Amino acid sequence: MPAPATTPTTAPVLSLRGAQLTLGGRTLWRDLDLDVAPGEFIAVLGANGSGKTSLLKTVLGQHPLSAGTATLLGEPVHHGDRRIGYVPQQRLADEGAPMRGRDLVGLGVDGHRWGIALPSRARRARIDELLDAVGARHYANAPISSLSGGEQQRLRIGQALAGDPALLLCDEPLLSLDLKAQGVVSRLIDENRRARGFGVLFVTHDINPILEVVDRVLYLAGRRFRIGTPDEVLRSDVLSELYQSPVDVIRARGRVVIVGTPDQSHAHGHEHDHSKDLP
Amino acid sequence: MIAAVLPVATPDWWLQLFNFSDYGQLLVLLQNSILAGALLGVVGGLIGVFVMSRDLAFAVHGISELSFAGAAAGLLLGVGVVEGSIVGSIVAAALIGLLGSRARDRNSITAVLMPFGLGLGILCLALYPGRTSNKFGLLTGQIVAVDDPKLTSLALISLIVVVGLLVVWRPLTFASVDANVAAARGVPVRALSLVFMLLLGLAVAVSVQVVGALLVLSVLVTPAAAALRISRSPIVVPVLSTVFAVVSLVGGILLALGSSVPISPYVTTISFLIYVVCRVASSRQARRASSRRRIVGSGEVG
Repeated sequence: MPAPATTPTTAPVLSLRGAQLTLGGRTLWRDLDLDVAPGEFIAVLGANGSGKTSLLKTVLGQHPLSAGTATLLGEPVHHGDRRIGYVPQQRLADEGAPMRGRDLVGLGVDGHRWGIALPSRARRARIDELLDAVGARHYANAPISSLSGGEQQRLRIGQALAGDPALLLCDEPLLSLDLKAQGVVSRLIDENRRARGFGVLFVTHDINPILEVVDRVLYLAGRRFRIGTPDEVLRSDVLSELYQSPVDVIRARGRVVIVGTPDQSHAHGHEHDHSKDLP
Repeated sequence: MIAAVLPVATPDWWLQLFNFSDYGQLLVLLQNSILAGALLGVVGGLIGVFVMSRDLAFAVHGISELSFAGAAAGLLLGVGVVEGSIVGSIVAAALIGLLGSRARDRNSITAVLMPFGLGLGILCLALYPGRTSNKFGLLTGQIVAVDDPKLTSLALISLIVVVGLLVVWRPLTFASVDANVAAARGVPVRALSLVFMLLLGLAVAVSVQVVGALLVLSVLVTPAAAALRISRSPIVVPVLSTVFAVVSLVGGILLALGSSVPISPYVTTISFLIYVVCRVASSRQARRASSRRRIVGSGEVG
């Protein structure tokens, strides 16, 4: 397990204190205290409907907290904060949009501004730099609809890096990627958070593709949670207590398999449906 | 000219379709129509790019039927065809925009509105005591009907649409390609969607005046669809789409000048042929690109 990229004395990028989120009368989590240090990689795991994505939306200022505080670099989180990068599930491939790889990255640079994007040398250079950071230069001029899921995700990471984020939020970015692409995308996030020092909150249903790079795990279940290193949290006794039902954590061949959670049908499998990723 | 090539027996139907005698005089008389066509070309070419990227082709058809109903009601009640058609368009666009944020909802709402609009329009026309040729112009397009005040109002609406589009261009592109990330970046996705529907409503109202309600798609969708076949550059596509739309409209009007049939078959045929040519060109391009990619891409990782 790698050591955390920073010392704990650094001021946190994101700080939740006594945070509670209630949506439509249902409390997803409460009394949540979480600090994300600069350069720290935290995986957010948990049952379906346990509020993993809602946690990201709270940090994005799209769901207000029902109680407690959420601060980014000492200020309350707010909608449209440019210091947050966001990488969602792979789901682009829009046949109808005039959009190439470099244009997708360009949206991260100035897509939020009014008017039209006038071509300039500085803009071009910035986009090239971001494309290089994610190794996407060689397919930068291909239409996004012709790219594989892994290629699209690399571009989206480039897009998210455009705002020099202090915090990167990832919502199941590996979903429907093959194993090889999952490795490439998680390594890319890992390298960049070390080089650039941004914190990462990474929502995933499967810890295995990022087990090597993750510093801590936030596990949400039944309005409660556990925070700690994977070794501290991903244990049969800890998760059984969290779920309040017997759960087995099996470690085999460097992989973690969690058996007995209530949402077992969706748990911890790899999907191999992305044929475009195969050579 | 064509009559000179075929001096012996030019059939009547041919002269109905293509008749270029007294062309110079007609050109002067109908310069308003040509200008209106060019304006609509710019509007249609630009807004078509977003119609495609937001997958709104069917919604455009629905809006145009309600625009037709509004125009017919405007004719019947004497408030003016342009005014009526704008009201119809905007009501339809707002309804589809407000109720249909998901594609499935949007399609069913469009499908519900469309026949209602058409029926309402037919009712108004049936009650209208005036000449029948005016009536069908709203459905299939008319060429002689653009007088100076009408040209002014069409130009004004076109200006609003084009300027509006240019102002929202970048955030609207972001919201159209990836609404989630755009929202996370602070782009007002929902407000932009409504603004776009209103601009689309205005664009449809202009199109109904020129090509008629049934054929609006040939101006607001076909040129952009054709441009997207041969490029994916966010600069090249709007430019090509505008050129295609202007060529279809102005070309169609010029061909239709001396004929006794409506303008729309000419416009839709040119527009369609451009699309066919682009499609053929793109399938050749794709074949070349895929063989190139196979060589470059070997050994690539996702």
